[in-house]
Amino acid sequence: MIIFEWLNSQLLKMEWLYDLVTLLVRNVFGLEVNSKAGGSIHFFIYDVVKIFILLSVLIFMISYIQSFFPPERTKKILGRFTGVTANILAALLGTVTPFCSCSSIPLFIGFTNAGLPIGVTFSFLISSPLVDLASIILLASIFNWKIAIAYIIVGLVLAVIGGTTISKLKLENYVEPFVYSNKMPEIEIEKLTIRDRIEFGKDQVLAIIKRVWLYIFIGVGIGALIHNWIPESMIDTILGQDKWYSVLLATIAGIPMYADIFGTLPIAEALVLKGVGLGTALAFMMGVTALSLPSIIMLKKVVKTKLLVIFVGIVTLGIIFIGYLINAFGYLLM
Amino acid sequence: MIVKILGSGCKNCETLADNTKVALKETGLDAEIIKVTDFQEIMAYGVMSTPALVIDEKVVSFGKVLKPKEIVQILDKVR
Repeated sequence: MIIFEWLNSQLLKMEWLYDLVTLLVRNVFGLEVNSKAGGSIHFFIYDVVKIFILLSVLIFMISYIQSFFPPERTKKILGRFTGVTANILAALLGTVTPFCSCSSIPLFIGFTNAGLPIGVTFSFLISSPLVDLASIILLASIFNWKIAIAYIIVGLVLAVIGGTTISKLKLENYVEPFVYSNKMPEIEIEKLTIRDRIEFGKDQVLAIIKRVWLYIFIGVGIGALIHNWIPESMIDTILGQDKWYSVLLATIAGIPMYADIFGTLPIAEALVLKGVGLGTALAFMMGVTALSLPSIIMLKKVVKTKLLVIFVGIVTLGIIFIGYLINAFGYLLM
Repeated sequence: MIVKILGSGCKNCETLADNTKVALKETGLDAEIIKVTDFQEIMAYGVMSTPALVIDEKVVSFGKVLKPKEIVQILDKVR
């Protein structure tokens, strides 16, 4: 237990880094960490460095696992199952299949064309950006393990229920007909050696860091701002625990935004430190990652408006519900 | 030789196209590069993860941004 606690506080929470940055702020900047400016600088440096270290290590490990599950293989695995089992499996595989928003459409086409029910595909599309292995570890680092596990569970449940609902509504007619038109040829999945997988992991680390570094800087910047400069009373008026509309507002603000979960976490962290409900902060985060304007516009190319509206509606309602649920029971997680 | 880059036009596809140009120059092969962005056309190749590289109508790689060096190896094999 002692070893686990040490690993948790030093490797995951990086307390050594916290102390190091405290020294840096005090001796180099000449500021106290409990002053406004000192606090912001500390929050910014500590969070940026921590996120970049964790992200690099995590993406490498996760990419290695992901290299075993290219979408072509996931498609084959899912094809063997039916009903809710398929939805659950799709939600789970969504967490380990490499995914970026620009590949969501070919993936949607590939799954649907192979005869998978669209509900199963949507389970995958909901869980894939929402419940990412890296985000879980970051949640555990910034908050704690209980919150991270609760987040995985609600995320997966949302993906399963969302997908199943879409299946039940029988919306196959609202997919653009060309998706079904010709049977797509099978292509061979290449065999990878350990060296290939390591190479893939390294490439992924570089590619993802290149893609998200700006979002992380902006996210941590906003977090630092909220943390030290925006008065608590102001945040309380908009997003306070006692305001019934806080979750609603946070979700709706988050949906059109396009950012990575890694950029959103520091904002959620700062909001919680300011006394905003955990459910409200997580609802904001889920809104940002699960849905975004660019991904909705992309999906529009393969599904008709009705299905798109139903999809966005189900996910939005789900996130709002989860937000209120966590606000009500969040004290069990802290 | 006709080389096609399949992808919706995201950054990864651009990088793959650039790397392919470099590789072609290196090998001195005369080839035409065509970017395929239409989903219906991409589908016809059976590709689910973009970007993909197609040489003379054969899918040689998908879901990967190949480096110039790797493309040279593939070109050496197919010619």
